[in-house]
Amino acid sequence: MSLGLYRPGRSLLHRAPAWSKLLLLLAAGASSFLLDRPWQVASALAAVVLGYAVAGVPPGVMLRQARPLVWILAAVAFFHVLASGWERAFVVVGVLLALVLLAALVTLTTRTADLLDVLVAWMRPLRVVGVDPERVGLLLALAIRSVPVVVGLGQEVRDAQRARGLGASPRAYAVPLVIRSLRHADELGEALAARGVDD
Amino acid sequence: MNRATPATAPRTASRRLTSRDLALVAVFAGIMAALGAIPAFTPAGLTVPITAQSMGAMLAGAVIGARRGALSMLVFLALVAVGLPLLAGGRGGLAVFEGPSVGFIVGFPVAALVVGLLTELRGAPYTLEWGIPATVVGGIVVLYTFGVAGMMWRADLAFDAAWKAALAFLPGDLVKAVVAAFVARGVHAGYPGLLRVRGARAERQSAAV
Repeated sequence: MSLGLYRPGRSLLHRAPAWSKLLLLLAAGASSFLLDRPWQVASALAAVVLGYAVAGVPPGVMLRQARPLVWILAAVAFFHVLASGWERAFVVVGVLLALVLLAALVTLTTRTADLLDVLVAWMRPLRVVGVDPERVGLLLALAIRSVPVVVGLGQEVRDAQRARGLGASPRAYAVPLVIRSLRHADELGEALAARGVDD
Repeated sequence: MNRATPATAPRTASRRLTSRDLALVAVFAGIMAALGAIPAFTPAGLTVPITAQSMGAMLAGAVIGARRGALSMLVFLALVAVGLPLLAGGRGGLAVFEGPSVGFIVGFPVAALVVGLLTELRGAPYTLEWGIPATVVGGIVVLYTFGVAGMMWRADLAFDAAWKAALAFLPGDLVKAVVAAFVARGVHAGYPGLLRVRGARAERQSAAV
């Protein structure tokens, strides 16, 4: 699955089982409210950066994980400096940054297929409320396959528009895209039924 | 390519998903990804660029209904969580669930659910005067509730500040809610059968596009 954000490697973090990394991330998220001193937040950030070093992820890649957040974090920091001072601003922004970087580290060091397996495994207790983990796995696989199919249909629609000299109108793009996708879903549904998914 | 399967069989809470339901849910998750691949555009007079993606949640509810629409958004989020860069701008992975905009993202399934419930309440034919309020309530009122709560939680903002921050996106999202309803009307006109026909009082006025 080359589509994902995973970066191959052989580090300790790469080899750790996916469920353990997810549990660590959940625990970090759940306990992050305990950090309210700047030195605690700085240590948490340092620990996450150390994690990137252990995983052998270059600093440039690490910074790229934080880039989409720069403006939001700046706005949040600005607000907290005004409302309650530098210390509070550092704590809030630092905790956010540490958690985002940690989550990105899990994504970078864990194969998409492994995370999917964990997801399906964690669905098992939901059997009691009628969720079938096997069908969840099938659904996720179908959805992954649908992404390039629908993107391809979108390309066809755009080419057709261009050939007719139509400009970029969101409606003129979306309506045929959705209708073509629905027709594709009809065929997909029939193929699934033919393979006995409804039995 | 036959459409003999009735799209809206009588639904009960525990009704199993048919293979057609599975296909529709999976394909709509794909549509959501395709909308994320559209470059953001900035209409005249607006400063906030519009990505097509948040339209996807409204469209899911308005086109394939509450249950399948909400499920398709859950599936989409699962794909994002396992590391596929499907959110607008090529974002993905677990990091987006730790960021300050987490509420807007986990709100997608609920937004689709509410838009779908409102749309199904009225049934076919899909009309703009019912469809636009439905996309506004689900795609803006409900989604912003989650988004603002997320910002209060992750960025430790007061309700007032979080609400004002979200306001910057309101003009763009209002445009998207209207566009989503127009798109849904076009889709229902070109692909009938997804909505249950509403008894005898089928108003013809906006059935044709």
